[in-house]
Amino acid sequence: MSTLNELTLAGAISGMKNKDFSSRELTQTHLDAIADADALNAFLVTTKEAALNMADASDVRRARGDVGPLDGIPLGIKDLFCTKGTRTTAGSKILGEFTPTYESTVSANLWRDGAVMLGKLNMDEFAMGSSNENSAFGPVVNPWRAKGKTQKLVPGGSSGGSAAAVTAGLCLGATATDTGGSIRQPASFTGTVGIKPTYGRCSRWGIVAFASSLDQAGPITRTVKDAAIMLGSMAGYDPKDSTSIKAEVPDFAASCTRSLKGLRIGVPKEYRVEGMPAEIEKLWADGMNWLRAEGCEIVDVSLPHTKYALPAYYIIAPAEASSNLARYDGMRYGVRVDGTDLTETYEKSRGQGFGEEVRRRIMIGAYVLSAGFYDAYYIRAQKVRARIAEDFKNVFERCDALLTPTAPSAAFGIGSRLNDPVQMYLNDIFTVTANLAGLPGISVPAALDSSGLPLGLQVIGKALDEETCFAIGGALERAADFNAKPDKWW
Amino acid sequence: MFTAERVADKSDWITTDTGDWEIIIGLEIHAQVASEAKLFSGAPTQYGAEPNTQVTLVDAAMPGMLPVLNEYCVEQAVRTGMGMKAQINSFSRFDRKNYFYPDLPQGYQISQLYHPIVGEGKMLVELDEGESITVGIERLHLEQDAGKSIHDLDPNSTYVDLNRCGVALMEIVSKPDMRSSREAAAYVRKLRALVRYLGTCDGDMEKGNLRADVNVSVRRPGGELGTRCEIKNLNSMRFIQQAIEYEARRQIEILENGGEIDQETRLYNTDTGETRTMRSKEDAHDYRYFPDPDLLPVKLSEQWLAAIKADLPELPDEKKARFVSDYGLSDYDASVLVSDREKAAYYEEVAEGNDKKLAANWLLNEVFGKLNKENVDILDSPVSAVANRAIVGMISDKTISGKIAKQVFEICWEDGGDPAGIVEERGLKQVTDTGAIEAMIDEIITANPDQAAKVRDKPKTLGWFVGQVMQVSKGKANPQAVNEILRKKLLD
Repeated sequence: MSTLNELTLAGAISGMKNKDFSSRELTQTHLDAIADADALNAFLVTTKEAALNMADASDVRRARGDVGPLDGIPLGIKDLFCTKGTRTTAGSKILGEFTPTYESTVSANLWRDGAVMLGKLNMDEFAMGSSNENSAFGPVVNPWRAKGKTQKLVPGGSSGGSAAAVTAGLCLGATATDTGGSIRQPASFTGTVGIKPTYGRCSRWGIVAFASSLDQAGPITRTVKDAAIMLGSMAGYDPKDSTSIKAEVPDFAASCTRSLKGLRIGVPKEYRVEGMPAEIEKLWADGMNWLRAEGCEIVDVSLPHTKYALPAYYIIAPAEASSNLARYDGMRYGVRVDGTDLTETYEKSRGQGFGEEVRRRIMIGAYVLSAGFYDAYYIRAQKVRARIAEDFKNVFERCDALLTPTAPSAAFGIGSRLNDPVQMYLNDIFTVTANLAGLPGISVPAALDSSGLPLGLQVIGKALDEETCFAIGGALERAADFNAKPDKWW
Repeated sequence: MFTAERVADKSDWITTDTGDWEIIIGLEIHAQVASEAKLFSGAPTQYGAEPNTQVTLVDAAMPGMLPVLNEYCVEQAVRTGMGMKAQINSFSRFDRKNYFYPDLPQGYQISQLYHPIVGEGKMLVELDEGESITVGIERLHLEQDAGKSIHDLDPNSTYVDLNRCGVALMEIVSKPDMRSSREAAAYVRKLRALVRYLGTCDGDMEKGNLRADVNVSVRRPGGELGTRCEIKNLNSMRFIQQAIEYEARRQIEILENGGEIDQETRLYNTDTGETRTMRSKEDAHDYRYFPDPDLLPVKLSEQWLAAIKADLPELPDEKKARFVSDYGLSDYDASVLVSDREKAAYYEEVAEGNDKKLAANWLLNEVFGKLNKENVDILDSPVSAVANRAIVGMISDKTISGKIAKQVFEICWEDGGDPAGIVEERGLKQVTDTGAIEAMIDEIITANPDQAAKVRDKPKTLGWFVGQVMQVSKGKANPQAVNEILRKKLLD
């Protein structure tokens, strides 16, 4: 029984189908694992009672033979998704005890398909961060440690809680969101699979907004197939989100084992950044070889505007955030700190409710949008964004997908980079481009580095072509044969 | 298109010890789209509902909520733009205007700064007595209304009602093409008539469904333009005019005392008739406009636009032209009749099958006079258009005289009933039987030989006999027949 939380999501589905165990047993195992993992600080709220009720209901459905694609599967939900009746914080103090009266479309889709909610997962405040150290509820600790070391490492961010929970066996899969790399970078840091689908694949309705034109939901799971199954349930057109795409959701899971013969895989030279660890360089080369062995042709390509991506991202995302976060004013919900007048009440509520990084980004955002700077910053960044999208369009005439490292390093120590925001922002260097261009990107664990920490490879696909991402991701997963797990220390 | 060079009519100049001044006026009209749902949420827009009952999660800006554009509102903006003969932009986009206020839950208003849905246009605005001016339209854009802050219910708190929050407004910005309060009022009147013709806004100023921000500056006639002040949120024709008058004089006084006008936003106090500073230029917000990333650009196909255009009702200018060319009405009469949709529709109903000019005269002189006097709206007139049509019909086929017609109208107004029936029952039919009239006339001539002699001397005194005949006939004798017979008997 105690190993039920080591299953893959797909394995758990077949286990329940074969009546090897019930959803209640599966769910209880995960609840126990969560209760045993306080040291990771991954879950902010555990919805124990609701989880068991949902599990029982699933078992009843199964007995009737009426099951959905995710029936009985216990999942964790990033605390950026509004969940009806369950406190939703976005990792911030400013939302206080805010308890939505509504359910985000993505999480509602999961419940529609039978999934079980275990609780809400820790994250960087308002999804701003690459280390999960910006949570108002304390950092999430990476279950992974360097060989023979006890230093606490970050799980990456902003979906650090999701990634840590999946790798530590606290849930079979977790929802996450990715604005500049917040699914893929933590997946890389924790040896899990994370996919950011095409912008518009998943509805943003009911997800607390960070940067609307970049935010996308996606899953973090242990395997590529699990990610495909979970995304299949999360995705779909939603008339409540004007930017959601009216497109059929294909059978993602089926694409994971698709042949790669004849595919052309682009390797962008601009991603060979200065100072990149040799181990990552080598892993990247291994990845190319694995794909060659599957019958792919590796082609050198150029995405000439890549170097402008990070600066453009750190203008556009804060600009949108400065406006999206204006609603947290202490007037209707969340924290209010009274001042002597309205302005002071705003200042105190927001000054005390938001953490440092969020305040920094609001300031940057307000600055780049202000009169006299708008053209020089925001407009220019949008032009860069258009160029970047064009770069991808051009290379996709020559290849079917791109292969890159996910992040420029493995997980680093908690507190080790806090004093240098720019160094922290560099974590997103390989991932932001997919957000700026709206393209799907998947991170697959491919190796452990010399200190025993996981590293990921990223596949970026054409718009709405997650299937090729899953196919290549599946092949990488098989070739890498990555099945390392962190030693349980918590 | 801005006609800076146009100098005001001299009668509109303000003359002081130092000489003449003219006023330059531009208006921003906020017209609430007549839509049952808000611009970006499905919330209803019912006026006067209990506070905070017309509010969805989107309007209250709950976390994770997203706007979805109400296409009906887009259509109304396009129709209004077409009515103003303005450029319709097939590509437009929504921008966020960021500022903090408790009645603005999102912390930004969704508006259209960079790419409005409607661009430049021109409106012909009729003034009194057949004069007219052309007012340039700068743009029309769609935006959300804010909620309402209520400061006087509690000494320490402000109450917020979000019912209005998110309601669709069309902001219609004119060029500074008006030169007097009467021109400004005429422009608002014309615009109001237009949106009411189109049904895109009910034009109800009392409810705030149509309100104006007025930009006023003064200059020496034809001289350099002065610095302008904006007076916010005027919700009646009278306040618009009074605020302009007050503001122009305030500015002139400052300039004449050697001062300078500060560009600022001002409020009009309806009790004192004065304007006061609301916000100086230094305090002006930096709204940090940028395209709303939650919404896609609005792209209108030519086909869709053509269908909307084909479906537009006949608008005041076209209607007026038709009344003049097809019905032979005077320019002035036609403009009065088309000045609002209900009047024009009423007229057309009355004129149907009747002499058009006669119908127009009847309405303009009798019916509208009575409605004005009794302060009754045309839609509530106790005498229906159909009844008036019958009255006009009876005048033109000489069943009754104009004088009797007024009587019949009064009876209808007071007691209701069908005009033909009233005429029949009360024996008000005009006597056209020349034999009967001749008999009456013979009798009167016989009884008044002296008067008859006088008429032969001075034909102009024939009227005395006409009066006698009308008196005897109780007004029913056909005046034309009476005149003819009298002439034959007394003057031939």
